[in-house]
Amino acid sequence: MAFDKMELKDIEVWDGNFAAAQALRQCQIDVVAAYPITPSTPIVEGYAKFLADNYIEGEFVMVESEHAAMSGCIGAAAAGGRVATATSSQGFALMVETLYQASGMRLPIVLNVVNRALAAPLNVNGDHSDMYLGRDSGWIQFDAFSPQGAYDLNFIAFRVCEDHGIRLPCMVHQDGFMTSHTAQGVETLSDDVAYNFVGDYKPMNDMLDFEHPVTHGVQTEEDWHFEHKARQHNDLMTKVFPKIEEVFADFEKLTGRKYNLVEEYDMKDADVAVVCMGTSVETAREVATEMRAKGIKAGVVGIRVIRPFPFMQIAQALKDIKAVATLDRSAPGGTVGMLFNEIAGSMYNLEKRPMLCGKIYGLGGRDLTKAHLVELYTELQANVDAGKITTPLQQFIGVRGPKLSFL
Amino acid sequence: MSEMKKIKNLKEFSTSADRFEGANLLCPGCAHSIIVREVLNATNDDLVLSATTGCLEVCTAVYPYTSWDASWIHIGFENGSTAVAGAEAMYKALKNKGRLKQPDRNPKFVSFAGDGASYDIGFQWISGCMERGHNMMHVVLDNEVYANTGGQRSSSTPIGASATTSPAGRVSYGEKKNKKDMVSIMASHNIPYSAQVSPNKWKDMVKKIQHGMAVEGPVFINAVSPCTTEWKFDPKDTMMLADLATDSLVFPLYEIIDGHELNITYRPKNVVPVEEYLAAQGRFKHLFKDEYKHLIKEWQERVDANWSYLQRREEARV
Repeated sequence: MAFDKMELKDIEVWDGNFAAAQALRQCQIDVVAAYPITPSTPIVEGYAKFLADNYIEGEFVMVESEHAAMSGCIGAAAAGGRVATATSSQGFALMVETLYQASGMRLPIVLNVVNRALAAPLNVNGDHSDMYLGRDSGWIQFDAFSPQGAYDLNFIAFRVCEDHGIRLPCMVHQDGFMTSHTAQGVETLSDDVAYNFVGDYKPMNDMLDFEHPVTHGVQTEEDWHFEHKARQHNDLMTKVFPKIEEVFADFEKLTGRKYNLVEEYDMKDADVAVVCMGTSVETAREVATEMRAKGIKAGVVGIRVIRPFPFMQIAQALKDIKAVATLDRSAPGGTVGMLFNEIAGSMYNLEKRPMLCGKIYGLGGRDLTKAHLVELYTELQANVDAGKITTPLQQFIGVRGPKLSFL
Repeated sequence: MSEMKKIKNLKEFSTSADRFEGANLLCPGCAHSIIVREVLNATNDDLVLSATTGCLEVCTAVYPYTSWDASWIHIGFENGSTAVAGAEAMYKALKNKGRLKQPDRNPKFVSFAGDGASYDIGFQWISGCMERGHNMMHVVLDNEVYANTGGQRSSSTPIGASATTSPAGRVSYGEKKNKKDMVSIMASHNIPYSAQVSPNKWKDMVKKIQHGMAVEGPVFINAVSPCTTEWKFDPKDTMMLADLATDSLVFPLYEIIDGHELNITYRPKNVVPVEEYLAAQGRFKHLFKDEYKHLIKEWQERVDANWSYLQRREEARV
């Protein structure tokens, strides 16, 4: 190999963006086609710098928009090699057309999404609006709660999505600024160990194999479109979880770090629980522990894999809980939050259903404080004590002005 | 550099091994398939091709069939150029890493797109590809209309043409805007080669395609593609229409090297009046009414002015 390896300390102090950039370096991405957007920019800047310093061998194509970034990634992936990029917010929104094309064409691309609010009003800070926008696009979606997750999940993502039985693109989400720009200790892998875990890219239907010409991106109408979509969904629903669990297990063997489809915290004997994603998971865990000291049996469910959605695992985690609150960090646009919907759906056929309410929080980077969560757990316990839901189904947390609640 | 394919005559050229099959759904008399064959037959090298959403794409890759015996990709309406640019980047990456399956090949990267997908919705993507210097060729199949969706105007639709979104009517002569000069715009990216071609002048076409494939860097080709359906002429007259287009100088054939050096590559012995070109097409029929006849005169003046401009540029060698 013509490029140089990098010596890493066992634990480096990295923010989420740099952790993701390091993971992309160690995976030896062949092509990155990218367009900068806050707060994800440092990921692709990192790749460019590694390239400039000969720590990676590949092509960095700095295109003229996020739509072109994903278009270039699709062309590169169809040509037959390892492809990744990163984006956020408006850039993600501009990419949406091509996200559906990438997944429908069954191309294993890894997209790091550093979650940020969607305009208007324009806002550069973190919330989950962009992540939610991609939820029907046919991609696998992992959620990192920390820089460590942003690092680890990139390796896991490549292993899962490049598998010839899967062949679906994969997003690795992290919270804008709270994860992407907050330096923490990250346990590292050496370059060799990391690359060996991911393995060499194994091309399939590659356009650069001139002995076997292929046609990518065909037309289908009412005669075949449904079957293609059904097959893709079938693979998402039946093949992806077993593969993810296999890769999680391999990763645990290698690193000792254990990932789960649904990350349960103190759920075994819990009466009340919150379901959340991103950096809120850690805050909720801390508060749950404090609530237990006050006599409230609190637990936390963090969603590690958003698509495919782990319905059965969620139902299993929540089946003995008395009251559950979902924390959605995206403006629900005239209905309940996405998590409220999914959690309600997953629990509906349980014999004994927990009480469920939904909270909207943190839009445009507004902090979710421990005090908010103390109040939330206290409210859930009050509902348990009353034996019924005494509060509105949907409430906004941390918004100024009079209390905002619905339903 | 691979050896240039030698082409002696039209018979030999037209019977070359096809990588674009005759089995496709394009209209009888469609010039797209003729242009595509002429481009592909100009080389024996391996090909990585793309098409944008449009006539060429929906008529040649309908699952479970394909008309392409070469690597081919379609993503969407605007991004066919970038698809090929991505593939070209991967080729470079794998070449440098020594991971190509057939390292001895010298593939050519070509994107095909209609004028709507090039002049309008895909404009930014093409500009990006040209600016970044990918080793690729973008070929516009310029039929001056959104033909696949039933004849809406694009920014390539010329003045006076009746299109469904700029129809001629009791008080309108159809399209009011002048056609965008894409060859100049693309040449202004200082790319090594840009040219206008026409399927009737196949030798000129082959020469330009071979030149374009031989140079390093992005190449832009604008090919006039007479559209039997939207220009409204008899399918058997496609080549006659192409002849009228080039010989009336409505579509002058020229090339621009390194963004500035312009060469006219075809000078008609007998220049045909623009009126004859317009009269051969139903889309201009209304221009022959008394109230719009001044437009025909303006058409001729515009074409004359452009021809004189091209000649002055050629002479100036700047």
